[in-house]
Amino acid sequence: MGVAPVEVEQPMTGQDTALDAPWVTVVWNDPVNLMNYVTYVFQKVFGYPKAKAEKLMLDVHHKGKAVVSAGTREAMERDAETLHGYGLWATVSHDS
Amino acid sequence: MSWDGFPADDGDESVEIAAAFRAAPGGAAAYFEEGQAGVIRSLVSQIAELVSADAESSGETPAAGDLEAQLGLSSHAEAPDDPVLARLLPDGYADDKDASAEFRRYTEETLRSGKISSAQTVLASLPPGGGEVRLSEPECQQWLRALNDVRLALSVRLGITDESEDLSERLSPEDPRSAYIWVYQWLAYLQDSLIESLT
Repeated sequence: MGVAPVEVEQPMTGQDTALDAPWVTVVWNDPVNLMNYVTYVFQKVFGYPKAKAEKLMLDVHHKGKAVVSAGTREAMERDAETLHGYGLWATVSHDS
Repeated sequence: MSWDGFPADDGDESVEIAAAFRAAPGGAAAYFEEGQAGVIRSLVSQIAELVSADAESSGETPAAGDLEAQLGLSSHAEAPDDPVLARLLPDGYADDKDASAEFRRYTEETLRSGKISSAQTVLASLPPGGGEVRLSEPECQQWLRALNDVRLALSVRLGITDESEDLSERLSPEDPRSAYIWVYQWLAYLQDSLIESLT
């Protein structure tokens, strides 16, 4: 019987696993933000065509949340920050 | 999310004709009565005060020359205790406190100053006595954000958790907050009209 392998302590910053699994920005539903405002913000912030922005808005509305962008962690934090500026409830998470 | 919940005129004579935006060359325009201008100016000022007063009173006021302040870093790591501030300055991660704290350190000051700037744009463009207001497209953006911040703050104070709920049924007429239900709904209508003017 061998000795149990010593667990090597790994400084997890999140970046080392980000290569194959992208980070995403999630927008959550809330009872305040107007539907046309949310659509407008998605068009303005991401440059999405109106149809795509509306679909994402409806996803947020009906499913409670929707992934609105994907990419590096840094880019997603910038997106979340921008969306917070518009009063939307956005969080960053690792797409797994 | 909610539809603009503007109530039908039920004959209440105290209800003024609600101001709304219309498209205008280069942006949008609206006419505000003095009382309407007063309500908006008061609420927007309160948001600006809330967002800036809390930044100053929370202990480590950055001294002049403070490196963190110069870099726009916040000394805040925790979500604010005040539920209104917590909604205006939300966490950046849903289930990672450390990452949220780090995110807040790097973004909160910018977020706060952006909200103050939006409020200042509204105060600068809306005369206290009311009147015709003409906004450029960038000013419309600031108005949208400022009106949204006020609505978010009111929603927390009014306890709005369900967009389909009829608030007037839950709050009794004696509740001092009941006067703000109409304001909340009017601001939704106003914000909606501004979006429609821009699109």
